[in-house]
Amino acid sequence: MDISVQEGYYYTNEHEWAKIEGGTARIGITDYAQQKLGDITYVEPPEIGKEVEQFEFLTGIESVKAASDIYAPLSGRITAFNDALEQSPELINKSPYEDGWIVEIELSDPKEVKNLMSVKAYKEYAGGLE
Amino acid sequence: MKHIFEKSVPGRTGVDAGPVKQGTEEKLHSRLRRKTESLLPEVSELDVVRHYVRLSQLNFSVDTHFYPLGSCTMKYNPKVNETVAALPGFAGLHPLMAYLDDSAVQGALDVIYELSSLLAEITGMKGVTTQPYAGAHGELTGILLMAAYHRNRGKSKKYVIVPDEAHGTNPASAAMAGYSVISIPVNRDGSIDRTLLKEKMNDEVAGIMLTLPNTLGIFSREIREIAEMAREHDALLYNDGANLNAILGKTRPGDIGFDIVHMNLHKTFSTPHGSGGPGGGVVAVSERLTGFLPTPVVGRSAEGRYYLDFNVKNSIGSVASFFGNFAILLRALVYITMLGREGLIDVSEKAVLNANYIRVKLKEYYDLPYDRTCMHECVFSAKRQVQKGGIHAIDIAKALIERGFHPPTIYFPLVVSEALMIEPTETESKETIDEFIQAMIEIARLAETDPERIRSAPGNTPVSRPDEAKAGRELKLTCNL
Repeated sequence: MDISVQEGYYYTNEHEWAKIEGGTARIGITDYAQQKLGDITYVEPPEIGKEVEQFEFLTGIESVKAASDIYAPLSGRITAFNDALEQSPELINKSPYEDGWIVEIELSDPKEVKNLMSVKAYKEYAGGLE
Repeated sequence: MKHIFEKSVPGRTGVDAGPVKQGTEEKLHSRLRRKTESLLPEVSELDVVRHYVRLSQLNFSVDTHFYPLGSCTMKYNPKVNETVAALPGFAGLHPLMAYLDDSAVQGALDVIYELSSLLAEITGMKGVTTQPYAGAHGELTGILLMAAYHRNRGKSKKYVIVPDEAHGTNPASAAMAGYSVISIPVNRDGSIDRTLLKEKMNDEVAGIMLTLPNTLGIFSREIREIAEMAREHDALLYNDGANLNAILGKTRPGDIGFDIVHMNLHKTFSTPHGSGGPGGGVVAVSERLTGFLPTPVVGRSAEGRYYLDFNVKNSIGSVASFFGNFAILLRALVYITMLGREGLIDVSEKAVLNANYIRVKLKEYYDLPYDRTCMHECVFSAKRQVQKGGIHAIDIAKALIERGFHPPTIYFPLVVSEALMIEPTETESKETIDEFIQAMIEIARLAETDPERIRSAPGNTPVSRPDEAKAGRELKLTCNL
């Protein structure tokens, strides 16, 4: 399976990514995750303002194959949801790292980044799953 | 094919409702009078009969096709079940009669009592509720019983442990009952990882939910060890009985150390399944939980009279109206009594034999991630077909439809990529199973030599490949007339 990864992003072993800019992070799922899930049909819009904990439940995602949980790569407060996903959940399939982003989180503890994987580490990890 | 509304012709009717009595309309309160057209299709009786007979012919069902849908136990539903359930003495009953005058419904109460006793015997348990309407409802009832048990002992417990191969309903039921779920992966043998389990076990764990055999069709050999671990931490052991068909008459959840088991009457005990239901999710419990069962339960006096017993001290209350789906309970009782003890043992032996026959015959052609003797179902992966011809589990499923077989369960359990989960059940003949095996082998061959043939299947159905993503993304449950 050919998996694309994005330079500069951080990754979890549940296949979420985080792109950190200052005190906020944009969150999505990886190319590996979207390929495994198949055609995405729905992403549950989370409550804006909700506090989430690192590696705890963030929101739900559904595809033609399965309903799955998405976990927060970092702790913080949800500040935005990608509204475009409500009409076009397939953005996650087409552009998992850019147009298919899911939420933005205002980070409560930026140091948590140390618990995430780098591009290189994630590539090895995802490659080893096959 | 046109739908029934498209067949409507203005003025055509199937029944003559007779003339409307003069003054009837005035008697009806204006609030109750229809202000718009009823929009019912205007068709003759023959139109209706042909339409629905044709629709039924387009369907895949156990009565028409081999249906190896893993985890669902799509066994044949014997017609004698229907004959008994249709007897006017049963079909004409109203459940309230049991409350108003139980002497008038002794036979029906006997059915519930007898079925409860038999299911307690089959599972090695002490108490039974017949109320839950189906499997997930049974799970929720079971977890509520678990919660009531701990509460009653003054223990505050927080977690329920569920292996990652479990049916999605397991964690959902635990969460519905207020618990946080700890998911534990399976090891290389396909059983719950005991080292990790040991690590996660603590006194705040309310229970462990296990499917036995599990959704990989594997009977965990270490089950007694796990039961011991649960006991050490005062956690209850819950058995998702979806796969009870594999162990009927061979072992009993109660003897192994389970405290709660739900059964799917529409799987193991041959009552109609799925949307053809309704279902039955009977729950049986060990001695320490009988005091929490939903009420009413059917009791039997020393003189042999049946009555509704509301006297369950710490009952969690009712989880359904009356006794659950009575006509389904009745069918299950017919099935069990028609087969008897020897018959039920024969059921599990043949179900397991059939699954292993398929496993061995197909393992040369499909990847078998957990290659060991299975129980009532075997789980292959289409990984090899993906690599060689870009053919996925979904394509194999579609190609099976073209060849006259209902597909196996695909993409479940989630722990197997490109899963094909095959459960033949005991009711299929060797000839049918051989035909299925041949079809699977042919598909595996074509996946390499002519993948386009598989990708374009099915070519012989009214609709070839519905756009599943579109159906999920643009949900539309109404019909514009």
